[in-house]
Amino acid sequence: MNLDDIINNTGEWLKGTGMYSNIVMSSRIRLARNLAKRPFPNKASKKEVMETLASIQSAMNEINFFKKSLFLRINDLDNVDRQLLIERHLMSHEHAANPEGKALVISPEEMLAVMVNEEDHLRIQVMQSGLNLDDTYKMASSIDTALSEKLDFAYSMQWGYLTACPTNTGTAIRGSVMLHLPALVMTKQINKVLAAVSKLSFASRGFYGEGTQASGNIYQISNQVALGHSEEEIIQNINGLIRQIIEQEEQARQALVLQNRVMLEDKIFRSYGVLRHSHIISSQETVELLSMVRLGVDLDIIKNVDRNAINQLFIMIQPAHLQKIEGKKLSASERDVRRASLLRQKLGGH
Amino acid sequence: MQCDVCGKNKATVHLTEIVDEQMSEMHLCEECARQKSVQMEQQFGLADLLAGLSDFNKQPKDADKVKLKCGFCGLSYDDFRKFGRLGCSECYESFKIHLSTLLKKIHGSNQHLGKSPARIPKEERKRIESLQGLKMQLQQAIQMEDFEKAAGLRDQIRQMEQKGEVA
Repeated sequence: MNLDDIINNTGEWLKGTGMYSNIVMSSRIRLARNLAKRPFPNKASKKEVMETLASIQSAMNEINFFKKSLFLRINDLDNVDRQLLIERHLMSHEHAANPEGKALVISPEEMLAVMVNEEDHLRIQVMQSGLNLDDTYKMASSIDTALSEKLDFAYSMQWGYLTACPTNTGTAIRGSVMLHLPALVMTKQINKVLAAVSKLSFASRGFYGEGTQASGNIYQISNQVALGHSEEEIIQNINGLIRQIIEQEEQARQALVLQNRVMLEDKIFRSYGVLRHSHIISSQETVELLSMVRLGVDLDIIKNVDRNAINQLFIMIQPAHLQKIEGKKLSASERDVRRASLLRQKLGGH
Repeated sequence: MQCDVCGKNKATVHLTEIVDEQMSEMHLCEECARQKSVQMEQQFGLADLLAGLSDFNKQPKDADKVKLKCGFCGLSYDDFRKFGRLGCSECYESFKIHLSTLLKKIHGSNQHLGKSPARIPKEERKRIESLQGLKMQLQQAIQMEDFEKAAGLRDQIRQMEQKGEVA
């Protein structure tokens, strides 16, 4: 397995299958872990960071699960490859920024991605398609258990897993669900929903990560509280909230179809038309139009287009992906042209 | 469209800022946008949020707190407040009293409940889990002002902790 395999395959989490996959794009669990009595990456010297990396790598070598995984040192990667991994949601911007002693371990199908020496020594992330935090957690937890047999994790009876940032202390779990909510946006109810989300101590972010504005009507909802509740309880709470949001989105979709069917169809087919026939298109416009096409597929208004293909396009139209496909560096305006031709090719336009 | 800041490159990032209900739009090239985002992070970092949350922020700095340092990694409490990140697992012990208040404010609780590492022997893990459960119940009983129940739980916890020490 190498980086080229990654670009040529669809990650498990993009497959567009699983529970509520008409609304839920993917579920992710992240567990943060640190080695006891080792300085955290932000406080460690170059030598100490390398030592941490070496002991984690040798622990992974003894675990069967990691045998087929790709072990990447961020220092060995060029900027486009780093950007590619960020675009695929396999690692954070922070991880690419100061690459010294940092690594990323990716399992086949991109189900698991472990960041080594990011903010914490270990960030174990598992992603799956659809609403499936339970299985996602089980997998993350079994990898955590296997690692904790080989490594001494920083843990206190009172405060649980000890992390660099006190917002993660405790279970150090973050469950995130990526939702496509076009009908709540179109019916102007989204702000009400997001206000309720933050009131309940959950965070919402855009598709393209921390600090980004929601684009393409895609929102990531995740827990903020990590201490004082068990992992199962935290997941149950997220599931409860997500189910309510799904219900609201379903209702808004039905209302749109009942009350504004012609307008809705017009909007969806115009979007589909622009994506299939443009010759220059920005990423922002593409994402907004893809959202409409995805809604069209979900409502069976557009037939013969696979949801998986649309999910993939949300990822493929980003800068590093386009440059990787083209095999060379592209300027912003060259990317807009390349993006349009990719869309025509994938959606059967002219 | 040219970048509003450098005026040289093509603007590809479009930023909407709302300050005092005044909306302004900025069009930036990639390079200037990156610089802008670093600036914004410095202005509204997590550190500020954490410092805002902590009671100690309001009190005048006394000499002790400025000097407070983790004996293992050398991080000062002052730097933790500035950057919002701890330096090592031992910082939790070094800054115990301060962190206790802070964690309670962030999470609404001060007692872990849930998984423990596999290296801790199974028997001990069981004991830890039931102790954590009791401590959680104790917190709830105190909140509900059910002091009779709280006293009972406190005794149970004491007993279990003593057993642990003997073993």
